[in-house]
Amino acid sequence: MSRIFVAGLGAVSPAGWNVAVLREALDKGEPMPTQPVDRPGWEKPLRTRAVPAPAARPAFLAHPRLRRTSPITHYAAAAALEAVARLRTVPGVMRRLGLVVCLQAGCVNYSCRFFDETLKDPATASPLLFPETVYAAPASHVAALLENITLAYSLVGDPASLLQGLSLGVQWLEQDRVDACLIIGVEETNWILADALWHLDRTAAISSGAGALCVCRDPALSAGVELAAITDPHTYSASNSRRRAAKAMRDQLPGCSPAELLCDGLGENPRLDAAEREAWGDWSGPRLSPKRILGEGLMASAAWQCVLACDAVASRRFTAANVSLVGSNQQAIGARFVSSEPGISHLSARESACNIPT
Amino acid sequence: MLFPLLPPRTAPPRVVITGAGIVTALGIGWKPNAGGFRTGRAAFRPVSLFDVSRQRAKMAAEVDLPATLPPNALSSRQIARLDRAGAMLLLAAHEAWQQAGWQTAENLPLVLGTTAGGMELGEAYFRQAVRTPRRHRRQPTRAIHYQAQVQARMVLDALGFSGPITVISNACASGSNAVGHAWELIRSGQADCTLAGGYDGLSQMVFSGFDALQALSPTSCRPFDAHRDGLALGEGAAVVALETLERARRRDAPILGELIGYGTSIDHHHLTQPHPRGDTALAVMKLACAAAGVAPEDIDYINAHGTGTMLNDSSEAAAISEWAGRRAPTLPVSSTKASIGHLLGAAGAVEAVICLMALREQWLPPQAAFDSPDPACHFPIVHEPRDARLNVVLSNSFGFGGVNATLILRRWT
Repeated sequence: MSRIFVAGLGAVSPAGWNVAVLREALDKGEPMPTQPVDRPGWEKPLRTRAVPAPAARPAFLAHPRLRRTSPITHYAAAAALEAVARLRTVPGVMRRLGLVVCLQAGCVNYSCRFFDETLKDPATASPLLFPETVYAAPASHVAALLENITLAYSLVGDPASLLQGLSLGVQWLEQDRVDACLIIGVEETNWILADALWHLDRTAAISSGAGALCVCRDPALSAGVELAAITDPHTYSASNSRRRAAKAMRDQLPGCSPAELLCDGLGENPRLDAAEREAWGDWSGPRLSPKRILGEGLMASAAWQCVLACDAVASRRFTAANVSLVGSNQQAIGARFVSSEPGISHLSARESACNIPT
Repeated sequence: MLFPLLPPRTAPPRVVITGAGIVTALGIGWKPNAGGFRTGRAAFRPVSLFDVSRQRAKMAAEVDLPATLPPNALSSRQIARLDRAGAMLLLAAHEAWQQAGWQTAENLPLVLGTTAGGMELGEAYFRQAVRTPRRHRRQPTRAIHYQAQVQARMVLDALGFSGPITVISNACASGSNAVGHAWELIRSGQADCTLAGGYDGLSQMVFSGFDALQALSPTSCRPFDAHRDGLALGEGAAVVALETLERARRRDAPILGELIGYGTSIDHHHLTQPHPRGDTALAVMKLACAAAGVAPEDIDYINAHGTGTMLNDSSEAAAISEWAGRRAPTLPVSSTKASIGHLLGAAGAVEAVICLMALREQWLPPQAAFDSPDPACHFPIVHEPRDARLNVVLSNSFGFGGVNATLILRRWT
């Protein structure tokens, strides 16, 4: 069994365009301000938490492939570049890079624009928009931008699928098909996504952005964080309720320690949060609940949870951090990240794996 | 646990196919499809699912869905929520499940490829939200059920098994990637058996999109023809039951064929255009051959991606010609998209099942429409029905965004 290290992190969120501002927003603990979004036929707008405009136009937008892309690609690209920034300075390690982009809603902006044009008159619907509607578009653009991507998948699912994406990256590393792998969770918002969320959860404000983790097998490239565990995917089904799946996921991660962080997916809706809250009822240690600050970012929320967990360990604020992803309609999966620095006391990857009930 | 992974098997097991389900415009199930592909029947007709009066193209390969689904464990409420794509997926999965003779199982991975998932429901949501915004009826259900993972969960509930769901959306390579990924799960020891496939239903948005790109043929889909003028869209699904040879033998299961190779990579050239030389197509064919331990001389037939567009076919022709080398002049190639259209996320899985049919029944699938070859084709296009001795066949799938995938299947005797 090989060890897997986190070599870099990246984030774009309602807090801004990097991990540092994401961390600051969570440290501050105040929900980010919401912005109104109009929807047709309604006077009262819906609420979103949008990514603020960058201070300066990102240089990567000069790349010919990114010229006409929608925000989802901008977020994915920015998070990817931040996550691989350090590796790019080390010669030879980025020869074969894998890419797994995870999405739930996907490219909603251009999809809505293109379908709106189609309904008005398909004969004049823009051919420039359609290719940007496919789930695979952000992965394709990031691959073109980074140039050394040799293997790329786009995974669609509920937010817990992000850890399936991480698992896929690990598999590619273990099979020596890539030297490092980027896992990105990304979403963009528009009025129809806000409308859809309003139908399912009237307390939530939809948000957008991306989170990225770059993982590798070389301990010398570690940012101080090691992947210790990813639980089984506990799929919801007629015989496996969301509550039961969340409990099974929690049971596969270690018990509570004050030196460890729990990065959960709790929001502001008691009904939707019940399964996860109950599963982690025994946890009395420190917690981060990014959705309460950043809003419901779907796959981006899952990625922010992982980025914040890794960042907390990398910055030595905690020796280990657990991530709880109780997805909306597919599965519950958890993960555990630990310090990879010598002398830091925690259950090692191997020990914690041994302690995990199977 | 997804991590740490179990130690890899000492040697990767052989992976066989013990069940296959297929839904295309040629029919529901193996028999009508095998009959249609063997004779090279085309299944296009004027589009009836939505208005195409303002589009350049007017034809597509629509599936005639049966009035009722085969017996399954879904409630009437769940069945009422299925859209066309979900119904096709369920039909294909049911056939594969029955043929494999699998029983209720736990921890059986389901790996699916799709580009649009429940787009039909997404479109209905958008129309209602724009045209009658104050009307909420069915909107919450649509918001949930248009998601591919929810359609996948319906398969679990219908067939009575549980396990991880993976939905790959690598555009038109998705179906091949799903089958290939499932193969890798078994080879790496993460599963003993998997259900894998692809599905996509026709939707107005996707039809309009390809039409806007002027990628749809206003005449007929003629892959690799010198005078080709575009692709035709279709819809459908295919699902295969994969398991280790050891497991299949242990339960004395009839084996339909063996999946022996998979290769995938990404072409950075352009979002919608392959590299003119087909560099990545060439690379994935080589990767799949290396995984399978075969050379071009061992391949008896290629089911090409062959969409019928100028750019795809010239690029793929260049790649096949270079890869095959001296074998090219005698290597039979055809694109079954001339019969059933481009099935997008379902294409790779459907074409893998067509390859399985050809291997099982020892015939070459003729291409429904073909007049004169593109000069880039240094290989013969099969355009007349004929029997053939097939032992190893190769299937290509290339997607928007640049993901390319190749599968290699072997006859089981």
